[in-house]
Amino acid sequence: MRASFVFSEVVNGLRRNVTMTIAMILTTAISLGLLGGGLLVIRLIDRMQDTYQDQVEVVVFMTDDVSANDSTCTRQPCAGIRSELEQTPGVESVSYESRQEAFTHFNKLFESQPQLREVVRPEALPASLRLKLDDPARFAAIKQEFSGRTGVDSVVDQAQYLEDLFGVLNGVRNATFAIALIQALAALMLISNTIQLSAFNRRTETGIMRLVGATRWYTQLPFLLEAVVSGLVGAVLAIGGLLVSKALFIDKVMAPVMGTGVIPRIGYADIFYVSPILLLVAGSISAITGYLTLRLYVRL
Amino acid sequence: MIRFEHVSKSYKTSTRPALEDVSVSVDKGEFVFLIGPSGSGKSTFLRLLLREEVPSRGRVIVADWNVAKLPRRRVPRLRQRVGCVFQDFRLLTNKTVAENVAFALEVIGKPRHTIRKVVPEVLQLVGLDGKADRMPSELSGGEQQRVAIARAFVNRPLVLMCDEPTGNLDPDTSQDIMLLLERINRTGTTVVMATHDHSIVDSMRRRVVELSLGRVIRDDARGVYGVGR
Repeated sequence: MRASFVFSEVVNGLRRNVTMTIAMILTTAISLGLLGGGLLVIRLIDRMQDTYQDQVEVVVFMTDDVSANDSTCTRQPCAGIRSELEQTPGVESVSYESRQEAFTHFNKLFESQPQLREVVRPEALPASLRLKLDDPARFAAIKQEFSGRTGVDSVVDQAQYLEDLFGVLNGVRNATFAIALIQALAALMLISNTIQLSAFNRRTETGIMRLVGATRWYTQLPFLLEAVVSGLVGAVLAIGGLLVSKALFIDKVMAPVMGTGVIPRIGYADIFYVSPILLLVAGSISAITGYLTLRLYVRL
Repeated sequence: MIRFEHVSKSYKTSTRPALEDVSVSVDKGEFVFLIGPSGSGKSTFLRLLLREEVPSRGRVIVADWNVAKLPRRRVPRLRQRVGCVFQDFRLLTNKTVAENVAFALEVIGKPRHTIRKVVPEVLQLVGLDGKADRMPSELSGGEQQRVAIARAFVNRPLVLMCDEPTGNLDPDTSQDIMLLLERINRTGTTVVMATHDHSIVDSMRRRVVELSLGRVIRDDARGVYGVGR
């Protein structure tokens, strides 16, 4: 097989159909960009799960009265609750965070947001008993037993907050995947259409090729490569789009949230991690679409 | 070289078969005119040779290949051995004369040095040396048909199949094309030519196979276009 011949046919084909080619590339790029966005969200969720898994605690918030008057949890009712909690099955450890410690912790957490630090006074933060559980399933029983007790304001499972956050992120991921899928359908139809148009434009060439005994592969390969090249160009544009969105959008708009460390940063490494996936998806999907179109709709 | 054994061909869209019980044998190096009115089955005969169609009944043998039984992937091999020339030339208008001829070799994967060697040779054979860099639009009808013949012959086929090659040409140019086809025939290439041009058939006195309504009604070794003309 003569590579130079096939290459020149591909270039000619793309050039002759330039508007359709551009439409095909742009649609593919948008679809892949959204797919890449969805993949980045998955990476974000994974990383958050890793980060928070060991840190989540069940927190027993104390009433204002306890928070104000018992900074070491040595008086009743705090001391009694603490010792009861320590003897409760499924509880691995119990530690006390006083109002002052909570305030210090808060200041450290929101170091990058001085406005927030100025507004919040220590009185707004309750003291708490923080539990690590051997068995997270014990939360419901603990909550039932200790809610409403004198000195206890509320019992909260931090894992629940994370579940809510993951729920939002999963929603974002699903939405991007859904739009990516619709775009992908449009891209597939455009690829199929472009190949049919390209085959129609070159029917004299392909007719001659068939008559002089060119193999089916030789006749079809330029069309297939046209689809694959467009797909890959689309993938490269999508990767470029992700890099630009990171620099101009994610880094700037999301800085306050990501700066606190609540949500981990999306780095360039993450984009480079999803790039080969996008290239692979683009190459294989456009090749398969091209092949099926040639088999089903084009007589070569 | 070519054998039709009781070949019939029916199309779904037609009630009458395009060919019916046709048996014809053509030897290597023969020159055969295929004549008959429109709709007599000439084109179907040629399409069967190229495996553009398969017979509904009977066998078509070309160069020892049973054409209908040929696996799909072997069809290109058959077509490399059967060159085709058409009334409408079918040249690529965006390629030069030499590129048009080279195209037939490029697409079957011939190496570049072979192409560089054989294209000028075949252009000389068809009388187009010196016009290699012309575009088809700069050539006369006769010259364009010469390019088409060069393209069909450049891979040295066993059979040259011509479908009304002089249909678009004036009588003098037609004579020149026939001389060229005779010259190619003398190299040992079998030529099968479908035509309506009785003056050519009459003047050449070669084998004539006449089809009518899909049947062979005449097969003369040195025939003319119409009996008693």
